[in-house]
Amino acid sequence: MPVTTLAGRDLHVDEEGFLTEYDEWDEELAKVLAANIGIDLTDAHMRVIHFLRDDYRATGQTPTLRRCTNAGGFATKELFDLFPKKPAKKMSYIAGLTKPVGCV
Amino acid sequence: MKNLLILGAGTAGTMVANKLRSRLPRSEWKITIVDQDNVHHYQPGYLFIPFGVYKPSEIVKPRARFIPKGVELKLGVIDRVVPEENKVLLEGGVELPYDQLVIATGTTPRPDQTPGLLGPEWRHSIHEFYTYEGTQALAGTLKDWPGGRLVIHITEMPIKCPVAPLEFAFLADDFFKKKGIRDKVEIVYATPLDGAFTRPIAAKTLGGMLEGRGIKLEPDFSIERVDPEAKTIVSYDEREVPFDLLVTIPLNMGADYIARSGLGDDLNYVPVDKHTLQALAWPNIFALGDASDIPASKAGSTAHFAVDVFTENFARHARGEPMEKQFDGHANCFVESGDGRALLLDFNYDTEPLPGTFPFAHLGPLGLLREKRLNHWGKLMFRWVYWNMLLRGRRIPIRTEMSMTGKVRKTAEPSTAAVTSDR
Repeated sequence: MPVTTLAGRDLHVDEEGFLTEYDEWDEELAKVLAANIGIDLTDAHMRVIHFLRDDYRATGQTPTLRRCTNAGGFATKELFDLFPKKPAKKMSYIAGLTKPVGCV
Repeated sequence: MKNLLILGAGTAGTMVANKLRSRLPRSEWKITIVDQDNVHHYQPGYLFIPFGVYKPSEIVKPRARFIPKGVELKLGVIDRVVPEENKVLLEGGVELPYDQLVIATGTTPRPDQTPGLLGPEWRHSIHEFYTYEGTQALAGTLKDWPGGRLVIHITEMPIKCPVAPLEFAFLADDFFKKKGIRDKVEIVYATPLDGAFTRPIAAKTLGGMLEGRGIKLEPDFSIERVDPEAKTIVSYDEREVPFDLLVTIPLNMGADYIARSGLGDDLNYVPVDKHTLQALAWPNIFALGDASDIPASKAGSTAHFAVDVFTENFARHARGEPMEKQFDGHANCFVESGDGRALLLDFNYDTEPLPGTFPFAHLGPLGLLREKRLNHWGKLMFRWVYWNMLLRGRRIPIRTEMSMTGKVRKTAEPSTAAVTSDR
């Protein structure tokens, strides 16, 4: 697994830069990750990010967009406004989780 | 006497019934299979109906014809599974007890899940080809369609047969060329993915094929609604794609009884161990075919390889012993590319579709990820193989586990393309 340095720490990431270790994440790091992809984190963003983190801890999987709507109660439209174009990828990147499973 | 109950007499369920009836002693195991009707559809044939390649009558047969002696086919609508009591309830009060349960009720398109789809334009300028009715209605529209803007659209992944929309695009291009109206047709391919396919090498090849045919790719398109009056599809990020004819792949979901039984995820797919197909929540429930949440193609070939592994494991499992065989997510798909040619994709959980050759007994090696006539004949021949061998549980000459034989993976140094082989 590649290691990268962000915010002065060494982090484990996959080929696309998604964090692979759940416990290496904190809110400070989220701000840095968000800035990397051009997002200025607000409370509205953080509510979604915390849902992703909590759901991952409960299920062992990064929730899909549909699950964020069904279980998290976020409107899909809101997620597209907060994380433009590719919300599923961007949310999981900032939350320090792997991409949700993209099926073939 | 123990009960093995199979829900769904489609591709996976029928194969399980055939393979396990010949393996399990009749004095010990009663096998029952449930479906809501007695019509088995050759679903890969849906793709060809709009272009007049198959007649509708060529892709349906009675389910009962493929259910072996010693297996009871029960027709009824499933109300719910009660896993705490090891029983299944059918509508009308019938109770079916089980010792082991196989869920094989697949996935179905749900046009009602996208606002605006089921309006006055449904089956007129808005079509789908994932149902028997839908594909015939589309054939009717295409026959006299004068041309215009054709938008082929995927709502959300996963979908059954993820290459079918691409095949539809290639076949449509060919169809309009042969009709002499290709210059009057603009074709757009709108997908929620960031390319033509999920995995990079195949996405590049297939994307290049779209481009070469003048088909415009509209990537990262997540649909919010259809505006049937303006004739546009609208994404969550407010892009609008206008159409004269929309061919959409609606949201695919597992059966509703799975949600009622508390057995499904957000799309009613049963969470399972991806190597044994055993439900994570219940050790005596398995989900096969399209009904599970495994990260593999929802396709008949995947169902076939998974059923092979499951049926080999079943006898040991039923004795309470650990399961030995592991499913690798193998899929083997012919992709029609028009003008009598097709590609072959062969891949699994860990290995994406690669170029090279695929060894095939009698027929000779097939070209992987390349347009070849032989692949097209393979695809057409497959209908016979499906009815006569696959469903009946007979061995077909393709290995259950994906093999690296013939596949070519480019290494870090492009000059030394390595041909890997078995071990």
